[in-house]
Amino acid sequence: MERFLSRLYLALVGIFLAAPIVVVTGVSFNEKQNLAFPPQGFSFHWFAEIFVNPEWFRALVASVLLAITSAALAVAIALPLAWFLWRRVAPWARVFQLLGVAPFTLPPVITALGFLTFWATSGFYGQPWTAVIAHAIFFVTLPLVTLTLGFSSIDRSLTEAAATMGADDRTVFRTVVLPLILPYVVSGYAFAFVLSLNEYIVAYMTIGFVQETLPIKVFNALRYGYTPTMAAVSVLFVAVTATVFGLIARFGDLPKLMGAMSSKD
Amino acid sequence: MRREPAHGLAQHLPVIFPGLMLTVFFIVPFGTMVLVSFFRRQQGGFYVPDFVLANYARFLTPFFGNVLAFSLYLAIAVAVVSLIVAVPFTYLIARSRRQTQVIWLVALLSILSLSEVIIGFAWSTLLSRTAGITNLLVRVGLMDAPKALVPGFGAVLTGMVYQAMPYAVLVLYPSMVRLDPTLTEAARTLGASPLKAFFTVVLPALRTTLIATLIMAFIFALGSYLLPQILGRPSHWTLSVLITDQALYQSNMPFAAAMAVFLVLVSLALVTLTMFVGKKLEA
Repeated sequence: MERFLSRLYLALVGIFLAAPIVVVTGVSFNEKQNLAFPPQGFSFHWFAEIFVNPEWFRALVASVLLAITSAALAVAIALPLAWFLWRRVAPWARVFQLLGVAPFTLPPVITALGFLTFWATSGFYGQPWTAVIAHAIFFVTLPLVTLTLGFSSIDRSLTEAAATMGADDRTVFRTVVLPLILPYVVSGYAFAFVLSLNEYIVAYMTIGFVQETLPIKVFNALRYGYTPTMAAVSVLFVAVTATVFGLIARFGDLPKLMGAMSSKD
Repeated sequence: MRREPAHGLAQHLPVIFPGLMLTVFFIVPFGTMVLVSFFRRQQGGFYVPDFVLANYARFLTPFFGNVLAFSLYLAIAVAVVSLIVAVPFTYLIARSRRQTQVIWLVALLSILSLSEVIIGFAWSTLLSRTAGITNLLVRVGLMDAPKALVPGFGAVLTGMVYQAMPYAVLVLYPSMVRLDPTLTEAARTLGASPLKAFFTVVLPALRTTLIATLIMAFIFALGSYLLPQILGRPSHWTLSVLITDQALYQSNMPFAAAMAVFLVLVSLALVTLTMFVGKKLEA
């Protein structure tokens, strides 16, 4: 009975979580251009549309480029900072750690508006790279958190041994620290990448009037009517997101990354 | 290699780039925004440097008061419902096999990182008349005709709980996993039912985490922007919508900035409150 009830509860929440995705997936395979579930007919047409229609394709390219570059920049900011905090006794540097976590804890509209006023005042408003910097700062929290966790899990006696054997800081970093920290770099990058790909308001306030990313394009399409391409894009995004996290789980220890204790079995 | 203080420029080198980036691109934009909130709006779209409090005085209008009250009310509702759904759910996954945990975590992370646009679109489809859930109810005979459940407050609440729930689960998860299983075992041995053990042992042991989760879900919901627009009516629009509207469409940056500063103050006050309550409960 107890077992049954807990299974039932998990199943109900599972249905709640899956239902919108199931319906959108169904809609995306509709043959005609209407909103119907269960789908009428079956067609991959709307998926092809993302790549064939120049407007959708341009948005796709813009989104992917933004995610690739901003995630890289976020890691480039987080990695030296996390290393420094781990390697040095420098209480003042905690300020930067706090700054790195701040944008993510505040409502996103704050960061978005901050960047809007900043780019408008400095005269760079609308340049594509402004969104790259904005996303990198907005999502720097994620690599910073995963990397801080990663560094704290490194056994200091390993680096001490290397130093005793005569390795300098640079050699220790390259041969000992980097291989140990690499999984955390990858997952930090993946987190920032996926979130950047899906982000709307910061992108909208920085480059929204000049360029459309996929979330912006979907929202604009939603305003002016309906096309099953939106459903196809959603399915594509869910698939990419789930694949990325699936890979993190496959190659890294996801429960540990999410803050559980190290493997129990 | 023990931790040592950094000496000289060379050893400080790694912190320079991150420090510079965060200062120039977070502190400065944030400061610009605070400054602009005191500027005077100029007809025709831009603003001139000044020091006026008029932008803040506008908060006192009934329209603004209504939007603020609704934003707070919505955020509280979302936080409470998310917590009620997430607590037993997290408890159950934290006690399941590691393999099962991983699958749930991947699913939750995927939903967590989904665009608000996509969540909004998915729910508006699910609650629509032509492709929605009511068609299913009609088919099994529970309803006479399919009906649109969107736009409406229920739709906004559902969509936002959907968005906030994974977030709540991931905040609860570490404490739930670390919870000593012998605690509940002891309660069971002493004759408590599983449900009673959950309410009298598990929940009190986690009260700090529960309050932290509640307030984090609240702040998260306070920042929602797209879902009230996609799933609700204009009367369901939140402060974030208003801020964006003022900044981009009414070209009133000073007022938008003042509202944003206000939103930061509310969020900070809540974070401080969380820490305070957390400390108090631990003591």
